[in-house]
Amino acid sequence: MSDPRIAGASVTQFGKHPERTGRDLFAEAGLEALSQAGIDPEDAEALYYGNFMGELAEHQGHQGPLMAEAIGLDVPATRVEAACASAGTAVREAVKTIRNGEAEVVVVGGAERMTNIGTAAATDALAIAADDLYEVRAGMTFPGAYALMARSYFDQYGGSHEDLAHIAVKNHEHALVNEHAQIQQEITVEDAIEAPTIADPLGLYDSCPITDGAAAAVLTTEAYAEEHDLDAPVAITGTGQGGDNLALQDRPHLAQTPAADKAAEEAYGDAGVGPDDVDFAEVHDCFTIAEVFAIESLGFYERGEGIAAARDGETTRDGDRPINLSGGLKAKGHPVGATGVAQLATVTWLLDGSHPRADAVPDSTVGVAHNAGGTVASTTVHVMEVQE
Amino acid sequence: MTESAQDGEYDAWLDSIESDDGYYLECSNGHGWLPPRRVCPRCHDQDLARVDLPESGEIASYTTITVPTPQFEDDAPYVTAIADFGPVSVTGLVRGVDPDDVAIGDVVGLDVGERVTTGERVVVFRPR
Ligand SMILES: [Zn+2]
Repeated sequence: MSDPRIAGASVTQFGKHPERTGRDLFAEAGLEALSQAGIDPEDAEALYYGNFMGELAEHQGHQGPLMAEAIGLDVPATRVEAACASAGTAVREAVKTIRNGEAEVVVVGGAERMTNIGTAAATDALAIAADDLYEVRAGMTFPGAYALMARSYFDQYGGSHEDLAHIAVKNHEHALVNEHAQIQQEITVEDAIEAPTIADPLGLYDSCPITDGAAAAVLTTEAYAEEHDLDAPVAITGTGQGGDNLALQDRPHLAQTPAADKAAEEAYGDAGVGPDDVDFAEVHDCFTIAEVFAIESLGFYERGEGIAAARDGETTRDGDRPINLSGGLKAKGHPVGATGVAQLATVTWLLDGSHPRADAVPDSTVGVAHNAGGTVASTTVHVMEVQE
Repeated sequence: MTESAQDGEYDAWLDSIESDDGYYLECSNGHGWLPPRRVCPRCHDQDLARVDLPESGEIASYTTITVPTPQFEDDAPYVTAIADFGPVSVTGLVRGVDPDDVAIGDVVGLDVGERVTTGERVVVFRPR
């Protein structure tokens, strides 16, 4: 069994590109990843592609073959859908395909077109990641669901909107040098607290923006990389996935994310590492409170302790365990079906030193990517390590 | 309201709330669920019995939503909450109380109301 090497990775500029089709966005990322990998496209054997709202945003289902065609591949192509964890789940399929010897070269990616349909329709499209009968029909929105979780967290463990503001401030600061980021703008704690409310206690700056964008990566075996003299020092050494009841009302806890606990435990076990070995992580901060859930589920903090991590400077780029050096979903943007592969690309670049924030984690050897779907009813965690 | 097929047991469940005959489904190990449900996802039991819902529940969490989906455009701002009714929790709109006065632990009863925007039925909590 060979842990897949990342031979190339690419993301488009994340932001508002209402006039660009999903296929064009993915073609840009996919062609660049293939070119960077230096792999003959004829050698690619499969595509796993993440996308969530293609039917609603572009009236386009069956996107797997469409996207393979867009990057010039004639391979079995599968769209993977797990709400906002679609691309992370696609990565997991790609890892399994390489590990079980079915393929030597696999392309993994994702794309989402969201801004063309406007905020109201995008809010509606995102809401369908929740339970339609019991949540959407009770007025639940995606921010609304996280607001319920945030209020429950404050009630059980303490914490405040000001603590959450520090997470937003940190992620905005991290994104300042990320040329792919949707938002490159410094904000203050006051800005975040005073921003308009979306679903209290969450305001505009607690929420990731609505984003168009794509990401792609080329995975290969260690043997193929050696044989073709590829520069691919980073491997995916651990993969994990966890699930939970779809509806919040059916879960024992509103302030914990057991699907992420399970994914993290599996990925750590698979890689043979623990939370203390991890140098940095890219986590799914679709809302500021989601970053708190993520760093607790990843075992970096005890329950109830994650809320203060950004405020205390522990997860900033100068801290002991930087979180979301890319700017996270909060500032980098969240083209839903692309996010998991964008995280994979970021972790790769931070480990190989080519990311503009790599100086925050020099000599790091272990990075983690955490990708969550819906209100964390789906989660993937991937451990990535620099290989000799 | 558009003319469309009923959503089976979900609409039947709303009917039961409307006629003060609300119920949930309980497996033989006491795990509660709302319909439709054929199996308890916690213990795999398929022997689910219909049990009367408690008359009142407690707000477990709530939020005032100011940016709604289009189907709730004219309802906003509104309070969505999850309320704990013993073995089951239910998600619904809180009505009959000032949004600023809603708090975790508030005791509420279950009702069915209408969405302002579309006139469709919606689960509603009212203070008890
Ligand atoms: Zn049961």
